[in-house]
Amino acid sequence: MFSPEIVTAAVLNGLLTGAVYALVSVALTLVYGVLHIINFAHGATLTAAMFAAYVAWQAGIDPLVAVIGLAPLFFVLGYAVQRWIIGPASHGEDRNILLVTLGLSIVIENVLLATFRSDTRSIDVPYGFSSVDLGFVFLPMPRVIAFGITCVVALLLWILLARTDAGKAIRAVAKDKLGAALVGIDVPHVYAVTFGLGAACLAVAACVLLPSYFVNPRVGNAYVLVAFTVVVLGGMGSVPGAVIGGLFIGIVESLSGLYFGESLGQLGIFLIFILVLLVRPTGLFGARA
Amino acid sequence: MAEPLLSIRGLVAGYGGTEVLRGLDLDVAPGEIVAVLGSNGVGKTTLNKALSGVIPVRGGEIRLEGKRIDGSPSKDIVEAGLIHVPEGRRIFPDMTVLENLELGSYRRGRPRRAQNLERVFATFPRLLERRTQRAGTLSGGEQQMLAIGRGMMAEPRLLILDEPSLGLSPLLVEEMFALVQRLNAEGLAILLVEQNVMQSLALANRAHVLENGRFVLSGRGADLAADPELEKAYLGL
Ligand SMILES: Nc1ncnc2c1ncn2[C@@H]1O[C@H](COP(=O)(O)OP(=O)(O)OP(=O)(O)O)[C@@H](O)[C@H]1O
Ligand SMILES: [Mg+2]
Repeated sequence: MFSPEIVTAAVLNGLLTGAVYALVSVALTLVYGVLHIINFAHGATLTAAMFAAYVAWQAGIDPLVAVIGLAPLFFVLGYAVQRWIIGPASHGEDRNILLVTLGLSIVIENVLLATFRSDTRSIDVPYGFSSVDLGFVFLPMPRVIAFGITCVVALLLWILLARTDAGKAIRAVAKDKLGAALVGIDVPHVYAVTFGLGAACLAVAACVLLPSYFVNPRVGNAYVLVAFTVVVLGGMGSVPGAVIGGLFIGIVESLSGLYFGESLGQLGIFLIFILVLLVRPTGLFGARA
Repeated sequence: MAEPLLSIRGLVAGYGGTEVLRGLDLDVAPGEIVAVLGSNGVGKTTLNKALSGVIPVRGGEIRLEGKRIDGSPSKDIVEAGLIHVPEGRRIFPDMTVLENLELGSYRRGRPRRAQNLERVFATFPRLLERRTQRAGTLSGGEQQMLAIGRGMMAEPRLLILDEPSLGLSPLLVEEMFALVQRLNAEGLAILLVEQNVMQSLALANRAHVLENGRFVLSGRGADLAADPELEKAYLGL
């Protein structure tokens, strides 16, 4: 048995990781909730954003500073890709959207592979080894910062969705596309804004991940696999579900790493995934059937 | 007839390989009620969707106050004042009554929103009472009021009502027709799609019966009601 201190430390560490999972998952579930498609380019977009942060770091800009430029840049890119590539190429058919995002992910990954080779890279930031001392546990500084930034982004996103006209339009399109079009909401624009928001969330996730993790041309897929579990757990399309699910999965991973050994940390995640599918396929926050 | 508010010439529309509407002509003059009748699946809703720009127009012309609107995105058609209250209401169930109504004025801007709200609440005091309630928990009749109220929030020049009496009890159907008459008496032009043939004809200045993609019978409402051809056309015999 482990002492309560060790377990608490594991839970706190899990929360820190979980915040980033939550961010990646919110992006996935937001796009799913509004466009009703799984964006297969999600992982590749995260990877691309991590390389963008990496390039910025090579140019002397810390990822936590670069995020200020990269989040808006990825919003614009996401908007443009949905509005002028995915939208027109799909002719309004969900199946086509799936294929287009799949194609996009292949293109992005291979461009990254050609440009950066398959090497795994990481960066050394000055605050990389500092930590926050809580008395019974040291929390690594980069991940505490990641947690803080993620919380701010989640709050901003909540304000946008719950309190603004743009957010109301997004929720209306998510619920009823025809009803939204008939009150005069520009549905293709809302699709693109949502896609852009998803990409911007990924850019933030990339910037907070880079100081404490590594990057290679396939790294995004690992996060998306976890995010998929989170989205199913939280209920497809539910933003609060993705936040709580992400934090929860982070804790589960950390605890199962503690009890089953570091290399089996993800075991708990997939056990939960199967359990949710068996017991409550609509997820914890999913629409009641 | 004065310059028509809505004028449709040779309208063709459909889905995939099938053409549902094969050349429709229709006019609505200011202040008129025009009814479109027809049995299930003949394409009444398709007509409404083509008018409001949510499905593409494949041929012909649609003009609102003389300006072409076919091919325009639906947001511009809403802005021009052609407002389609859809079959099945399509309100946003998770939002409150107030939020639903506010979305109705989405293209009109905040200052006008307050004015529109006041007017809609005057017409539907029931919606005022229930403004903080989630729309999905309203009764069927209240939901239909909300759908129409949301349409009124958009400051319509022409209101399209697609089966507003669908699923309502006989008493509420009466109320619905009385409401249509009242809105019209305030000067609003209405294109009414209905299954309640006789009640619609009693209200409508003019009416058209749709069958096989064309209008097979057209005339003044009162005349059509007395026309023996109506039953034949309507039942598709
Ligand atoms: N999205 C769609 N894709 C393909 N076909 C469709 C679509 N929507 C409607 N149709 C077909 O077009 C035809 C006309 O449908 P529409 O909904 O316009 O009929 P309607 O007159 O409104 O019927 P009802 O009185 O039952 O509402 C029907 O045969 C229907 O099956
Ligand atoms: Mg219909």
